[in-house]
Amino acid sequence: MIHSLFLVNASGDIFLEKHWKSVVSRSVCDYFFEALERATEPENVPPVIPTPHHFLINVLRHRIYFVAVIQSEVPPLFVIEFLHRVVDTFQDYFGVCSEAAIKDNVVVVYELLEEMLDNGFPLATESNILKELIKPPTILRTVVNTITGSTNVGEQLPTGQLSVVPWRRTGVKYTNNEAYFDVVEEIDAIIDKSGSTITAEIQGVIDACVKLTGMPDLTLSFMNPRLLDDVSFHPCVRFKRWEAERILSFIPPDGNFRLLSYHVSSQNLVAIPVYVKHNISFREGSSQGRFELTLGPKQTMGKAVESVLVSSQLPRGVLNANLSPSQGTYTFDPVTKLLSWDVGKINPQKLPSLKGSVSLQTGASKPDENPTINIQFKIQQLAISGLKVNRLDMYGEKYKPFKGIKYMTKAGKFQVRT
Amino acid sequence: VSAAPSAFSDEKGGSASEPEYGHDPASGGIFSSDYKRHDDLKEMLDSNKDSLKLEAMKRIVAMIARGKNASDLFPAVVKNVACKNIEVKKLVYVYLVRYAEEQQDLALLSISTFQRGLKDPNQLIRASALRVLSSIRVTIIVPIMMLAIKEAASDMSPYVRKTAAHAIPKLHSLDPEQKDQLIEVIEKLLADKTTLVAGSVVMAFEEVCPDRIDLIHKNYRKLCNLLIDVEEWGQVVIINMLTRYARTQFLNPNINESLLEENSEKAFYASDDEEEEDKKAEPATLAKRKPYVMDPDHRLLLRNTKPLLQSRNAAVVMAVAQLYFHLAPKAEVGIIAKALVRLMRSHSEVQYVVLQNVATMSIKRRGMFEPYLKSFYIRSTDPTQIKVLKLEVLTNLANETNISTILREFQTYIKSMDKDFVAASIQAIGRCATNIGEVRDTCLNGLVQLLSNRDELVVAESVVVIKKLLQMQPEQHSDIIKHMAKLIDNIQVPMARASILWLIGEYCEHVPKIAPDVLRKMAKSFTNEEDIVKLQIINLAAKLYLTNSKQSKLLTQYVLNLAKYDQNYDIRDRARFIRQLIVPTDKSGALSKYAKKLFLALKPAPVLESPFKDRDHFQLGSLSHLLNAKAAGYQELPNWPESAPDPSVRNVEIPDWSKCSSRKDRKEKKVEKPFYSDSEGESGPTESADSGNCESDSGSGSASASGSDESGSGSESEESGEETESDEEEEDEEEEKKKRKKLDKTKAKKQAEESAERCTIHTIHQISCIINFDQFDMNKITSVFSQTLAPSGSIKMYELLHRIKGEGLAVEYCFSRQPFSPEPNMVAVQIQFTNNTNSETKNLHIEDPRLQSGMRIREFAEIDVLAAGESVTVVMGIDFCDSTQAANFQLCTHTRKFFVSIQPPVGELMTPAFLTENDFKKEQGKLMGMNEILEKLTLGEKCVNEHVIVERVTATANLSRVPCGSDKECRFAGKTVSSGCLVLVTVTTKEGGGAQLTVNCEKMLIGTMLVKDILQALSQ
Repeated sequence: MIHSLFLVNASGDIFLEKHWKSVVSRSVCDYFFEALERATEPENVPPVIPTPHHFLINVLRHRIYFVAVIQSEVPPLFVIEFLHRVVDTFQDYFGVCSEAAIKDNVVVVYELLEEMLDNGFPLATESNILKELIKPPTILRTVVNTITGSTNVGEQLPTGQLSVVPWRRTGVKYTNNEAYFDVVEEIDAIIDKSGSTITAEIQGVIDACVKLTGMPDLTLSFMNPRLLDDVSFHPCVRFKRWEAERILSFIPPDGNFRLLSYHVSSQNLVAIPVYVKHNISFREGSSQGRFELTLGPKQTMGKAVESVLVSSQLPRGVLNANLSPSQGTYTFDPVTKLLSWDVGKINPQKLPSLKGSVSLQTGASKPDENPTINIQFKIQQLAISGLKVNRLDMYGEKYKPFKGIKYMTKAGKFQVRT
Repeated sequence: VSAAPSAFSDEKGGSASEPEYGHDPASGGIFSSDYKRHDDLKEMLDSNKDSLKLEAMKRIVAMIARGKNASDLFPAVVKNVACKNIEVKKLVYVYLVRYAEEQQDLALLSISTFQRGLKDPNQLIRASALRVLSSIRVTIIVPIMMLAIKEAASDMSPYVRKTAAHAIPKLHSLDPEQKDQLIEVIEKLLADKTTLVAGSVVMAFEEVCPDRIDLIHKNYRKLCNLLIDVEEWGQVVIINMLTRYARTQFLNPNINESLLEENSEKAFYASDDEEEEDKKAEPATLAKRKPYVMDPDHRLLLRNTKPLLQSRNAAVVMAVAQLYFHLAPKAEVGIIAKALVRLMRSHSEVQYVVLQNVATMSIKRRGMFEPYLKSFYIRSTDPTQIKVLKLEVLTNLANETNISTILREFQTYIKSMDKDFVAASIQAIGRCATNIGEVRDTCLNGLVQLLSNRDELVVAESVVVIKKLLQMQPEQHSDIIKHMAKLIDNIQVPMARASILWLIGEYCEHVPKIAPDVLRKMAKSFTNEEDIVKLQIINLAAKLYLTNSKQSKLLTQYVLNLAKYDQNYDIRDRARFIRQLIVPTDKSGALSKYAKKLFLALKPAPVLESPFKDRDHFQLGSLSHLLNAKAAGYQELPNWPESAPDPSVRNVEIPDWSKCSSRKDRKEKKVEKPFYSDSEGESGPTESADSGNCESDSGSGSASASGSDESGSGSESEESGEETESDEEEEDEEEEKKKRKKLDKTKAKKQAEESAERCTIHTIHQISCIINFDQFDMNKITSVFSQTLAPSGSIKMYELLHRIKGEGLAVEYCFSRQPFSPEPNMVAVQIQFTNNTNSETKNLHIEDPRLQSGMRIREFAEIDVLAAGESVTVVMGIDFCDSTQAANFQLCTHTRKFFVSIQPPVGELMTPAFLTENDFKKEQGKLMGMNEILEKLTLGEKCVNEHVIVERVTATANLSRVPCGSDKECRFAGKTVSSGCLVLVTVTTKEGGGAQLTVNCEKMLIGTMLVKDILQALSQ
């Protein structure tokens, strides 16, 4: 299936290669570089590139291209999903997935890749099993290893691979038993010129951090499970139970994992927490344009809208922007024409605004395209869909765990057209 | 993290001799020093210290990772293959696999190490040895690999078997001549019942012999049922394979609809007269309709894949989606839309692939995605390739009702800064206009407005699209043609210029005054034009010459002369050809008479259709579909068969005894019951797949033989004192068995060359067979007896129906602990009916069992008459699937129906198993870790001696005692009835009334429940 993997950095250098079958010369990447050159933006490189003898499937994460070499028919999503899993694993192991981190830990990276694929077919991708095989590097362990010459490779054999619950290690022990669940919802919306909503939907995830001793069996139930329209589960969730009772019942993996991601049914009206008043105009023949932007809270259920960040790609004809924000700071990059305004918290009494003028290229005609405004924000302690966890119970173990649930709403792809 | 390097180097100060491996070892050095460097690596590898070796290996691996050649170190590295240090060993493996191909002779040195590893008692070491051995691409060891794979394929560890499955494609690519032998191994592994193996062996099947669809028949139902528990990557492979399989074995579920659909679709776009024809044809097609009945196996596949739409893995979701698209009845395909739309939230690469597939699907099944129209709206931050694909989907989804919203959306897209995207949007508008007549004029007007756009690309694209639209109805739009003629002065984009020229030439009759003038201008600029424009100028000239030769004769001559000396031979050729055709000369042939017909024939309007049309002949989700070209190794998706092939090929026969003994080598395979699918299984086809398991048959058979003995003796003795005696008797019996076993064991050792471990299990089975035959008759007799005998007092009775509730009919049941002879993996439930009324009760029977999936009931024969005051006892069998879920059913008399349910205590879900002390220890060793549950307890007051403990435990659970040397320990063994998993119980007593209970069982749930029950029994 997957023949080889090449890691290519932003400047187009191959800094790591791994082959699972016969060696494929790195010159195969020339086709990739060609495609890279042709693409105007880094993310416009086609994910699948056919070459005379191979197919290159690549993903771009953290400004690194992961280029897999394929020789015959394989579902492209299979490879793409796997490559993303590789990146997630690196991130899990090294904290960041950067070129420097990979180069510093090249041996661990190699050991991981060796375990994750056998002859190009995924073997162990579950982070729990991998961590049993290869211990993640920590500062302390690096120091100890250098002195004592001991190893990163797990001494005991990876029994997790044989288990019926491959996602959980045996013999987990904690002095403080705790289980935290974060319900994070993201609003994706397109708002049109006049402020009316063209499309809006809520996507949510429940991320968990479970540190429980032994083999606990958890159930999580919701006050209003009917809200969840479309769900996808971590493999640990018992599907039948959900189908029958709308209860999440599972033996959790140890540590951090994504329990559930969901989509809130589209029948429900989505509350839009912020509004934007804008006036962006360029006059014909003038080298100046007006730019005004005001933000305000809309349906926030009484919670504060925080970490607001506004960004907009201004037309190519714009030379510079001369604006004054009522709060926060703004930057304008004259090369990429990207305007971004870090607003911070919205104060309903004193609405933040950004006003001023933009200068255009003299002589050029007025740009006819309108910039779109992208907004990011966070609202703590609120799940905008109204989803509420009812209870969390633990079976199978005797101790009383500490349980915590946190709600948060964020902007996903939140765009205002002007 | 940033502190790490500094802390690291500080610490390192002390041990300066250690080289720093984290950094590039060779980067600093000039080329010549590489040799030296390698020399010290060799030195380090030769040293005695593991830390130095590790250091060296790490540096070497870093070199390999950067693509540097490290092959000259091969001899030094390969020496360390047997190193004790596990990390060194692993890194040596990495090196070996990378360079073995280049250093074939030296690589052979390492082979013996792996061969030794293949015999290791630890399954993980066996597996890893096989994995590395099979990864060494050296043709000379092919026979060794073949042997190793064959042996591993019948290993008792599923993990080793999985590794064997992985090794098959490796060997096949190394030496394709082994194919036939490998297919045999694949066939064997396909029959494996563990989820661990299923995905890997299907992957091997797909790589080695994807056309051997016949190998799948027998395993089809099992694969369907295991699917949900297979790891995600295996799921993808299995689903894709089953899609192909189903296409060859089942009938098209849409066979009737597709006929209908074709008609209606044709009618939709066709002109009126065609429609009439269709109407005539319709009765004929309707007459052809046959009632379609879906094969239950087809349904099984659809049902079992559906939950996987909820997978977190995009590849799995896509695999299920394509399966539904290709196999499901039209009405059911819709469910995949939601899941696919969900995937669009994922990474942009995933989006890209999903959108490609949605684009193809949305042509065939537009209605499916219509509710999600807004999810395909485009954001300015999407990458261009995603935008274009979304546009494609939106265009495919456009119809009369939503076209106005879509067009409004398109209008905002045209203002985007991304010009490629704008061009695509204009194309999309053009397509909407051609497909939906109502909006054609609106679209055309909108596009004409775009002609005054400042951006030339936008204008050019509009021209091209307008040209296509105008071709549909040129008469009404001469003003647009005039407008476009004016544009030729400003537009520079060749394609647009060519389009305008073609348009003027084609419709020169509508613009008789302008056309010659345009030609004049073009003649002037001819030499500077692009080739496609030049060709169109020649075309225009020719057409004008034919319609209006008075005004354009000279111009045409001039243009043709220019073209005659053009650099491009296409243009020279065209000029020569046209001159001959249109300019009448003496020599001009017969064709020139028809010149006008040739050039000014009525041309059909172009059909603007999606590039994704008909792409669904490729299996969706495949690489070939994405590229719209066949990739190497692509397996065609077969067309539905005309008539269904024989469905009975998928039936799995229930093996009989003779078969079992002939296939002993398969028996020791552990039956790993899937984690979640125990409630998942299907009745009907599944059941036969499950019960096709030799082991559980023989296991429960052996247990049943002596199990019946035990209860027989139990029922005779009413006092507990006597019962203990019978226990002792049993022990004697056990010892006898032990002796016999020993004999057999030695015999077996001589015969078989198998590993000792396997051998013992082997003999256990042999013995159990013997016992079974010996006591067969007796077994039969007891079971016959049990149907008439009233249950003995020592067995606990449960109430099924109270006398009052049952209006005089009282029903009690108990678990007789006797084997249920018709089906060995069912629990026998003895039911006693008592008629307390004054009249007869008739026709007692069971109806409407409502069971958890996978559970089965074997009803008792109907009781015709139960006279007043009498009672009768019957036995029924229930397969609880090793769960304590209740079996619900209705108990019916000739007048009434009663809802009742039977819930088994966990202890009744097992039958005794007979093990020797050694076997017990061995089996217990295999069930460590999560499968072991330890519990401390204080024994109840009455649990004074061993006998009481034994009594209590055996009363709680249907287990048999295992002999034990120590008097402080009591051991019990049993097997679950349904799946034959071992259940091992140990009670160790301590001073002062304390005790420790250990339960080992592969099924954790059973284990935990059993612990609770036994604890309760012992602490009373």
